[in-house]
Amino acid sequence: MTESSHDENIELMTYAEVVDVKGFVGNFDVTIRKKPRYVDMTKCTGCGLCTEKCPTKVLSEWNLDMGMRKSIYKPFGQAVPNVPVIDTEHCLFFTKGRCKICQKLCPAGAVDYEQKEELVTKKFGAIIVATGFTQFDPSVYGEYGAGKFKDVITGLHLERMLDTSGPTGGHVVRPSDQREPKNIVFIQCVGSRDESKGRPYCSRICCMYTAKQAILLKDHYPETQSYIFYIDIRAAGKNYEEFVKRAQREYGAIYIRGRVSKIYEKGNKLIVRGVDTLAGRQVEVEADLVVLATAVVPQPDAIELAKILNIPYDQYGFYSEAHPKLQPVESVTKGIFLTGSCQFPKDIPDSVATTGAASVRACEILSKDELILDPKVAFVNSDICSGCLNCVEVCPFNAIESTQVNGKTVAQVIPTLCHGCGNCASTCRTSAANVQGFTDDQIYAQVASVFEILKKENLLELSE
Amino acid sequence: MSYLNSQDIHQFRNRILSISGEDASKCIQCGKCTAGCPISPEMDVQPNQILRLIQVNDPDTLLRCSTIWICASCQTCSVRCPEEIDIAKIMDSIRKLALEAKGPLGEENVVKFDEIFLDSIRKRGRVHELELVMKYNLALRRPFKDAQLGPVMFARGKLGFLGHKIKELGKIKEIFQNSKRLLKP
Amino acid sequence: MQVGYYPGCSLESSAKEFDLSIRAILREMKISLKDIPDWNCCGASPAHYLNEELAMALPYRNLVKAEEAGLDQVISPCPACYSHLKHVHEEVLKQTHLADRLGAIVGKKYGGGIVSKHLLDFIKQDIGFDRLKSSLKAPLSRLKVVSYYGCLTRLPGVHIDDMENPTLMDEVVNAMGGEALEWSHKTECCGASLSVSRTEIALRLVNSILEAAQDKSADCIAVVCPLCQSNLDTRQGDIHKHYGKNYGIPILYLSQLIGLAQKLDYSQLGLDRLVIPPKNLLIEKGILEK
Repeated sequence: MTESSHDENIELMTYAEVVDVKGFVGNFDVTIRKKPRYVDMTKCTGCGLCTEKCPTKVLSEWNLDMGMRKSIYKPFGQAVPNVPVIDTEHCLFFTKGRCKICQKLCPAGAVDYEQKEELVTKKFGAIIVATGFTQFDPSVYGEYGAGKFKDVITGLHLERMLDTSGPTGGHVVRPSDQREPKNIVFIQCVGSRDESKGRPYCSRICCMYTAKQAILLKDHYPETQSYIFYIDIRAAGKNYEEFVKRAQREYGAIYIRGRVSKIYEKGNKLIVRGVDTLAGRQVEVEADLVVLATAVVPQPDAIELAKILNIPYDQYGFYSEAHPKLQPVESVTKGIFLTGSCQFPKDIPDSVATTGAASVRACEILSKDELILDPKVAFVNSDICSGCLNCVEVCPFNAIESTQVNGKTVAQVIPTLCHGCGNCASTCRTSAANVQGFTDDQIYAQVASVFEILKKENLLELSE
Repeated sequence: MSYLNSQDIHQFRNRILSISGEDASKCIQCGKCTAGCPISPEMDVQPNQILRLIQVNDPDTLLRCSTIWICASCQTCSVRCPEEIDIAKIMDSIRKLALEAKGPLGEENVVKFDEIFLDSIRKRGRVHELELVMKYNLALRRPFKDAQLGPVMFARGKLGFLGHKIKELGKIKEIFQNSKRLLKP
Repeated sequence: MQVGYYPGCSLESSAKEFDLSIRAILREMKISLKDIPDWNCCGASPAHYLNEELAMALPYRNLVKAEEAGLDQVISPCPACYSHLKHVHEEVLKQTHLADRLGAIVGKKYGGGIVSKHLLDFIKQDIGFDRLKSSLKAPLSRLKVVSYYGCLTRLPGVHIDDMENPTLMDEVVNAMGGEALEWSHKTECCGASLSVSRTEIALRLVNSILEAAQDKSADCIAVVCPLCQSNLDTRQGDIHKHYGKNYGIPILYLSQLIGLAQKLDYSQLGLDRLVIPPKNLLIEKGILEK
């Protein structure tokens, strides 16, 4: 991340979001909202004094509410740029007009409460979407007690605890009493592969990260015992299967095939009631800590962004690729590419690979002065067009716009966006809209000549 | 040793589907039903195994097991199944098929209890609990089971000795006569 | 306010105290009950696999009789009866051929006008907590109650509370001045009719429920189902024999707890019919005078 922030060919706009995209491949006009940090990036040296002296304490989103941060803060240690931001909802100055300690103490005079948001519009030739994913909220499983029982956490919570720069300094403890757990139960497929919760897909990454967490736990805390409830083990990468076997053979993880039906508290322990389908019986495990491998889901604003970008998405909110096998990094909209988990759950090697692929595809556009398009696109004969603009409504690619020709409102196809689907042609009442090579006249001519041949060969049976 | 005969393999699954509307082939054997079943420890065939045996066409085991009779119909399996299969309903369907097959049943006394229950309704319009329990224990040739509860229950006024007969008893008998068992082919 | 009532077979005999206490507390809140005339058994568990049409026809007749009597709402205290009435009503509205067939079997058509209610949703929607609270004469002085729902929230046709974490009973207990404790066995099965045919299974299940209640130091368990009450209450003696545990935890119907808070008569609420007697507990908590 640091490298990319120093590269002279990369302009990193952090704390900014895309609010509007107009235009088409090679000629996108993108409007970006740069949100105010209230810290001048040109002056800030990243010394951290402001954060140190800030009197407020706020739950840290980065640490999943397991620790605190200040109102003037960097989300995590290695954040790029090395400049803090002010959380105006908790900052004493912004909420109550008091304090201002950060401004008083800043040796570079970088704190600027007057900063305003900036809207910039720039031209871009290609767009790569890499907005990632978030976690499914497991509290919808009333039977698991997530959100109710303190010691039922997610894999991401465990990651934060394992991180030495995390909220517990790298110590894995039970959130309820801060004691070290002895028995840890991992549950796979929480939210994934579940029709009843609307997510029948597999989240791909959980089997592997659970095995990793079980290995790390045993490595750091040799007295622990991990139990992993799974349905299938998905370890289809290079060295992945061997890795999972190591968790079982060398790190003592017990893999139990079956889902968990209920978790309840007994004293200060958690009873996990599951099943061992291979042994053919119900099982109960007394756990100190339960870690849920929750489903990978799109970001909460994924659909909102899709509408701004004008790219289609599937029923789960994952962005749709142009072809599932042959065009996995291209969205249906030309010039916009997809990488990472915003398209579908991916692990790190896949994310890196698809990013490389998307970048090359984007460069393909940028390296040329002209783009060659498929000629089978639609066109509108403005002489016949009645200007009803029904075709604009039915075009799935927003490739038709209204324009004025000789004082008359008519429809006009933008050939670079058109995919030649023919929706407009079939909708058009006056036959003004057609797909090149497939005009109504051409199709009628084909049908007529077939009937001619059939009539000549006496193969036509006409009704009375 | 059972053979998976490719000609019949879908037969029982289709039967269950047509009786109950539930499709056992949706089941991926995650086992959550068995995991949550309160009666699982005493079952000879676990709930997920019931689904499995339907999938591989083994009616013999299913119609003779005791599992379907000791299922308490608590619906825990049905409400938690990730594939939204109504497993309790499937249990019910296999019960119907077991009766239809007229072979030996996994738990004869449960059916006996239920038949005495229905008989009480047919004769009175309502269930007479004392009569039900007594007849049942007699039928099982253990007339003194639960007898120690008798004095306590009596002292607490819980034993209605007389039982009630509804007025439109004829109507009830008619309902019994007109109602058909609905097993579809 | 008048509302229909379907007691069901258990409330006439082994669960008489449920019937008595419901009638008493509703009377206290100026709600008069009109029993469905000449009602019949709903068919409970046995009917639906022994004879499907019978399983629907028996509840159907009750709906017909209720309509005949000019009722529109009917309270069914027993969860099984409630589920059957509700389920048949829903199915009959969805499938006209079923409605025709059942009408032919029973000899009269049901018009679809009966709204079945369980005591809990009747309290929440029709009485409301404010009216309930205003009928209180004395709060239940911090009686520690765990609410046992059994399979109620999961039964077909029943949509009255969260399936995994119901809270309606707890809300009523708190409204009555009691202390509703959270516990692990809210919805764990009690064994239902296995109590008679496979008693040892029911004992195992009842034992774990009682143990969980004891772990929370509950004073008593509140229930809303005759079968649950029977299993948890009458089998404590057998539990003692099989497991050596002497729980002595009184199992009260929620309606009895409400009645106590309304300062109604002990035997009017059928409290003398409970096998594990609650008298000493209630005196100790100052709810009853010696």
